[in-house]
Amino acid sequence: MTVFLVIIVLALLAVTGWQISKIFQLSKRPDADTSEVANDKDNKLHGILNLAFLIFLYVISIYCFWEYGRFYLPEAASEHGGEYDTLMFVSIALIMVVQVFTQGLLHYFAYKYKGEKTKRALFYADNDKLEFIWTIIPVIVLAGLIIYGLFTWSDIMNINEEEDPLVIELYAYQFDWRARYSGEDNTLGKANVRFIEGVNQLGVDESDSYGQDDKIVTELHLPVNRPVLFKFRSQDVLHSAYFPFFRAQMNVVPGMITQFGFTPTITSEEMRESEYMVDKVKSVNEERNEKNKELLAQGEPTLDSYEFDYFLLCNKICGQAHYNMQMKIIVESEEDYNKWLEEQPTFGSTMAEQSEDADRPEDTAGDQPPATEGEEDAEGEDNTEQTPQETNAVAGVDNEQN
Amino acid sequence: MSAIANAPAHDHHDDHGHHHKQTFITKYIFSQDHKMIAKQYLITGLLMGIIGIAMSVLFRIQLAWPEQSFWIFEALLGDTWAPDGVMSPSIYLALVTIHGTIMVFFVLTAGLSGTFSNLLIPLQIGARDMASGFLNMVSYWLFFLSSVIMLSSLFVESGPAMAGWTIYPPLSALPQAISGSGTGMTLWLVSMAIFIASSLMGSLNYIVTVINLRTTGMSMTRLPLTIWAFFVTAIIGVVSFPVLLSAALLLIMDRSFGTSFFLSDIFIQGEVLAHQGGSPVLFEHLFWFLGHPEVYIVILPAMGMVSEIMATNARKPIFGYRAMVASILAIAFLSTIVWGHHMFVSGMNPFLGSVFTFTTLLIAIPSAVKAFNWITTLWKGNLQMNPAMLFSIGFVSTFITGGLTGIILGDSTLDINVHDTYFVVAHFHLVMGISALYGLLAGVYHWFPKMFGRMMNKNLGYIHFWVTAIGAYGVFFPMHFIGIAGLPRRYYTNTNFPYFDDYADVNVIITVAAIITAAVQLVFLYNFFGSIFFGKKAVQNPWKANTLEWTTPVEHIHGNWPGAIPSVYRWAYDYSKEDEHGNYVIKGQDFVPQTVPLQKDEEELNH
Repeated sequence: MTVFLVIIVLALLAVTGWQISKIFQLSKRPDADTSEVANDKDNKLHGILNLAFLIFLYVISIYCFWEYGRFYLPEAASEHGGEYDTLMFVSIALIMVVQVFTQGLLHYFAYKYKGEKTKRALFYADNDKLEFIWTIIPVIVLAGLIIYGLFTWSDIMNINEEEDPLVIELYAYQFDWRARYSGEDNTLGKANVRFIEGVNQLGVDESDSYGQDDKIVTELHLPVNRPVLFKFRSQDVLHSAYFPFFRAQMNVVPGMITQFGFTPTITSEEMRESEYMVDKVKSVNEERNEKNKELLAQGEPTLDSYEFDYFLLCNKICGQAHYNMQMKIIVESEEDYNKWLEEQPTFGSTMAEQSEDADRPEDTAGDQPPATEGEEDAEGEDNTEQTPQETNAVAGVDNEQN
Repeated sequence: MSAIANAPAHDHHDDHGHHHKQTFITKYIFSQDHKMIAKQYLITGLLMGIIGIAMSVLFRIQLAWPEQSFWIFEALLGDTWAPDGVMSPSIYLALVTIHGTIMVFFVLTAGLSGTFSNLLIPLQIGARDMASGFLNMVSYWLFFLSSVIMLSSLFVESGPAMAGWTIYPPLSALPQAISGSGTGMTLWLVSMAIFIASSLMGSLNYIVTVINLRTTGMSMTRLPLTIWAFFVTAIIGVVSFPVLLSAALLLIMDRSFGTSFFLSDIFIQGEVLAHQGGSPVLFEHLFWFLGHPEVYIVILPAMGMVSEIMATNARKPIFGYRAMVASILAIAFLSTIVWGHHMFVSGMNPFLGSVFTFTTLLIAIPSAVKAFNWITTLWKGNLQMNPAMLFSIGFVSTFITGGLTGIILGDSTLDINVHDTYFVVAHFHLVMGISALYGLLAGVYHWFPKMFGRMMNKNLGYIHFWVTAIGAYGVFFPMHFIGIAGLPRRYYTNTNFPYFDDYADVNVIITVAAIITAAVQLVFLYNFFGSIFFGKKAVQNPWKANTLEWTTPVEHIHGNWPGAIPSVYRWAYDYSKEDEHGNYVIKGQDFVPQTVPLQKDEEELNH
């Protein structure tokens, strides 16, 4: 019924519009220009509007930089991140200069040279000098940018094995992450999806001795100022490990191991206490409180107050709960990190436990392989349950320190 | 070369158009006349555009007010996809996927290039019709068929394709991974395979026609820039579309026949799949080998039309004709060696990333040359602000804005942290989406009199332009900022990351702007369809343009010119040309059509 009414209303509106346009047409003087080709009046009006549009463009640019510029991520929390940000700012400054200049010319010319019957355009077909100038300037500027960019790129992408980076595997599946620490030998045990069975959710090869001391966890802890080399592995589809705060990203590809290395430089706590983050968290919490008032009025559960933690998110479409595939990252002092790591069980001990428990099948039944998560909840709403990762003791301590 | 090409296409059917009795079916449905086929392409493209844009409005509503109930979701998506009026994550991804597919392929490739290549190539080079009218007709009907199949996938029970318009396997290959990768994906692939066949037939036809059927005097260097653009676009299409077809075929085999081109080591839903040895990265290479040239397939025709419309309405020759042609060729060449910039963080060798950064930033050079040439074309012009002209100026504006951010994305280093964020969405929508749409709209306003023999209402056109221009920037300018802040694209909702909470307001602004912009397109549709029937009758050459299409009668006839095909004596841009006494070459008019022979003492000053 509503639909029917809406259609009727729309139809009547259309008729009204049509009738009004008829009236306008009839009320025109017979000598009025009805050619539908722009006349001097149109040229003047739209020349001026072009100028107004230019002002609009400038205003929206200034407004966005002013109002949304603060959204730019906080100081990079990785060693190469500073270089990244510098390159980014140089590039943005450059393109904004070109933007302001060229848009200015374009719309100003549109205003300045708006047509008039009495005016003549200049027959000006070619000028080799001008063309040369605006070919060579982009060439020089871009060459500079390319060289600058490529140096930074090879700095970031070439992993220096001599620094003895901490090797960590990040394992992706629909719709969660696991991290595998390589243990004391700093070497990951071999793994393949064909070894997945029971608690061996990551398919680590049990016969590979390097794998015995590997530690599989649900939360990523990183020691500050130590190079980390991530090896990425996916169980099912493409994912992308995106670490916005560390200016790092790499796709996670089933069937191959990809890698990315960086050195975290700012601990979670330092970041939390930074001026940027204090302001940010305050503004987020203000908004959440606003929303909570509404939610309370509706008798719905309220949102928790927000506290900042680094996170890793999936940035390659991977299925219906793609939007909630995240992992908490904690950057901490070497000491805290070692303490935490010590408390994690090794892969070897987990497997040994499993074989002890083999007589009691009802226990292992709870440990479903990860792939079965998330596939039943067709609407994806249940996936929010995954968000607060099963927090472990150390994480709890960390949070209390604040 | 041109000596051979100029051998007059002897008109064995000079007296055509009189002795053919056309039925309704041969005239309007299975027509082989390029002008009718152009209209068919345009109207099909517009209808697909309505669907594609409507989809974007739906998912923008979800992004602004996540997981809230809207009657419109319930009405359009139904209980399965929007229980209680709340959009489900699956249909969100499906809408995003089909929006992308429809807009890129069905609207901006077929709707834009299909329409105007068909309409303008024969008319502007002085040919009776396309080289093969039959192939041309088949091309349209395959396009129509593929549109129908693509739309029918919307009604499949398990949903249409949901893996993004880039359909990266394994997500697109495994129905276990997402429901849309079942029948919906099969239909997507079938539809695209047919689409590619259609596109190839069209492109081959355009190439052959441009090379062989130019009229006497129409050397390659006298071609209007529109034709250059269509010609080169067709070549890029022929080079790159077959690669997409191969990718689609291999994907079909992986999906249906158990091969492992793109799949390896997969454990899903509790079982290990037998696939071994394939690589999803291979698919990415194949896909982007088309996918990147595709954006130039979309933008080059728009560039060509903008050049033409801008020169006509500025009453000035296009500045640097040769540079414009050279930059079209340079862009076309470079477009086939830059695809890897979509894959900087795909896991391919970082050295390849360096190479693709280099080629990608190179392509900025011809683009910059074009932008400066357009600006100089306006300089000291006598600008006639017709709606088509405004859209052309708008095109240059969005092309610059969107193109500049390409410098950031094309830099492998900077891409690391903005890859697949809203920054990318903002960039490509401005530079190829909005710009190409402006090109399409400029073309429609400019050549409407040629297509339908009537004029569109200019005041409605003005309203359409200004609201669209402001709305488009309102949608995409703020989007850069949430992207650079690390907000990933293709997220159903951002509420699971409290960190993103304060971007929610920006999303509301973007959605409101999107709804306004979409709504004002209704003005255009009203103007378009209304003017077909009730528009003011057009005169033969309403914009006082030089090109050949305006020498044909307003009434369409088969074979385009009632008498002999006109010969061409000059380039297409002799606007406001004066002799040494400061008088126009032809007294009293500031333009010299291509069919006018050089006057006494006149120099051919084109380049």
